[in-house]
Amino acid sequence: MTSRRLTRVAVSATSLVLIGSMAACGSSGPAGGGGGGGGDTAQVWALQDAALAPILEGSIERFNEQSEAGDAELTTFGNDPYKQRLRIAIGTPTAPDLFFNWGGGNLKEYVDAGEVEDLTGMLDENPELREAFLPSVLAGAELDGANYGLPMRGMQPVVLYYNQAVLDEAGATVPTTWAEMLTAVDQLKAAGKTPVALAGNQPWTELMWAEYLLDRVGGPQVFQNIRDGVEGGWQQPEVLEAMTLLQEFIERGAFGSDFASVGYDVGGASTILAQGDAGFHLMGSWEYTNQLDQSPDFVAAGDLGWTEFPAVEGGAGDPSNLVGNVSNFYSLTADSGNKDAAREYLETQLTSDEYITDLIEAGDVPPVEGIRDQLAATDNGDHATFVYDSAVAADNFQLSWDQDLTSDEANEMLEQLSRFFLGEIDAQGFVDALAG
Amino acid sequence: MQTGLQRPSAWYATPALLFFGLFALVPMVLVVYLSFTDWRGFGFPGLSGTENWTRLVQDGEALDSLGLTLLFMVLSWLVQTPIAIMIGVWAAGKQRNRAVLSTLFFLPLLLSTAAIALLWRSVLDTNFGVTQALPVLDRFNFLGDTSIVVYTVVFVVSWQYIPFHTLLYQAATRGIPASLYEAATIDGAGRFKQFFQITLPLLRYTIVTSSVLMLVGSFTTFDTILILTGGGPGTATRVAPLYMYITGFSAYELGYASAIAVLLLLLGGVLSLVVTRATGFRNMQSEQEGV
Repeated sequence: MTSRRLTRVAVSATSLVLIGSMAACGSSGPAGGGGGGGGDTAQVWALQDAALAPILEGSIERFNEQSEAGDAELTTFGNDPYKQRLRIAIGTPTAPDLFFNWGGGNLKEYVDAGEVEDLTGMLDENPELREAFLPSVLAGAELDGANYGLPMRGMQPVVLYYNQAVLDEAGATVPTTWAEMLTAVDQLKAAGKTPVALAGNQPWTELMWAEYLLDRVGGPQVFQNIRDGVEGGWQQPEVLEAMTLLQEFIERGAFGSDFASVGYDVGGASTILAQGDAGFHLMGSWEYTNQLDQSPDFVAAGDLGWTEFPAVEGGAGDPSNLVGNVSNFYSLTADSGNKDAAREYLETQLTSDEYITDLIEAGDVPPVEGIRDQLAATDNGDHATFVYDSAVAADNFQLSWDQDLTSDEANEMLEQLSRFFLGEIDAQGFVDALAG
Repeated sequence: MQTGLQRPSAWYATPALLFFGLFALVPMVLVVYLSFTDWRGFGFPGLSGTENWTRLVQDGEALDSLGLTLLFMVLSWLVQTPIAIMIGVWAAGKQRNRAVLSTLFFLPLLLSTAAIALLWRSVLDTNFGVTQALPVLDRFNFLGDTSIVVYTVVFVVSWQYIPFHTLLYQAATRGIPASLYEAATIDGAGRFKQFFQITLPLLRYTIVTSSVLMLVGSFTTFDTILILTGGGPGTATRVAPLYMYITGFSAYELGYASAIAVLLLLLGGVLSLVVTRATGFRNMQSEQEGV
């Protein structure tokens, strides 16, 4: 009887095994391309991206033809598997030599664990390499004054997109200040439109509003204090001020009432803008390519417009400041067995003309100096030069908070933000929740 | 040799035991170990004492998610059981139209969870969904309104699993001897009386089996909710398994997520034991004694 009972307990437990196994192992399977640590070929890990992959592959091939210190090999992974695979591999002999990352808090975790090589010395020895990149972007992988990564693809700042036809219909103009933005919202509402399309079932879209408002109200230092763990970070008065503006904006009906279930991935907010149901959409610059793909007629008609986020009157932030995906970076692992080859790759390939030209042709806006004319000559030159000029002019380019904070802090912040947008907590409640 | 004739050697169980050990026991032991570490997914998981456990005790969000899980379990059971019994008993009939319609009712069984969740997310979309073209329904924001979204999830999960339970009831009903009904008819019992006096009592062990599966199943439901709502809006549908997943694979606090996993493991085990014990599942006997 006892053994039968045991069996029964075990069988009931089996139904829960999913839980156990899910938490116990992140991902498994053979390591792609073999480990990097001991071999003489530098392993480069990057994200799988149909547009980017041939460019990265091409640059590796060029490198292997001319390299002196050794060869390199590229392995790519899908987004979520990549993050998990990298996490598991870092610090083990299967770690890559160069790895793709987003900079910020996500990189900081690895830096703090002593797993990432400091590249400051390399940049000091090659001033022309340092100067080739836009400073505001290079700063995206800078921690405590040291460089831990070099930009390897285009910039994706968050841009305020609008539907010109809808604005015309409502008699609204493109806002340059927050007061004008509020006026436009009222006009759009009166015309029966949703003033601003928001893919609110994913809090990172809501985050863009909070990021820009805090920057415009208090300047970049306010968030940097929060990120650096300065005491009372979230309790700085600017945070409450910015969130109060945002609360008033939500209560004014700027996002309509249905945003909580609108998605970004499944033709949500972008379609609402393209179909003429909304006036504005605050989104990363990938929105342009997205619209070009999904609603080519809308773009061809010239109705898709873009502008910088409006200035807040009396705010300390420079209206040229940007937030968004600064760039992606290649970082070198501290335990790499192929540091020479990896360094040579970083020095010679990321700023090479072929690589930059390939990126531009794929629609990217690389963060390097002196490519404005080349961008202007492309099919989507208007948009590309806008992004480029904004980045060159930007006094500061703040990495999206969810990338800049460590993953657990980011998670908590996004959760409180979505509660804030739902009206479950007010501006003060948001501050209290994150300060606690 | 005598015993050898009666039972196969214990070695026959080796593959099953190995499988169970490797994929059930080992992960369970590991997850208990991880719950005492501050592992963030890389490096060696070093012990951090009972930190995760003291945090779990004070974590109001964990409590909320457990409460939500309980609500979800109860609602799922209340919705699924009567419907599954009714369709199951109905489908047990031999009429041709019933056979055809039951085939249609079982369709959701053939779809993968991801497909079902994506399908309903599109149907219920507040801007482009089918419901927006229908009267009355267009007034609701099924996935965006925090006061309705739990019921939406219960509906979708029920839609997904009712066919399976219907199948159980259909088979069980067909197993009831026709002689009982014949006797009842002679005694003058009508359809309703037959249902409540014969069918339902004889289905009681099936009800227990189906309920155990339903309760344990909805306790661990995760994939449908992840795709349908992602736990949102806000935390309105963030049930305990999803909370564990988000803590583990979004915040990368794998140590703390393991503590939640162990708690779920314990609660799930207790749940199975309580349900099987309280319903006499262990003492099940043949339903056809005396027939």
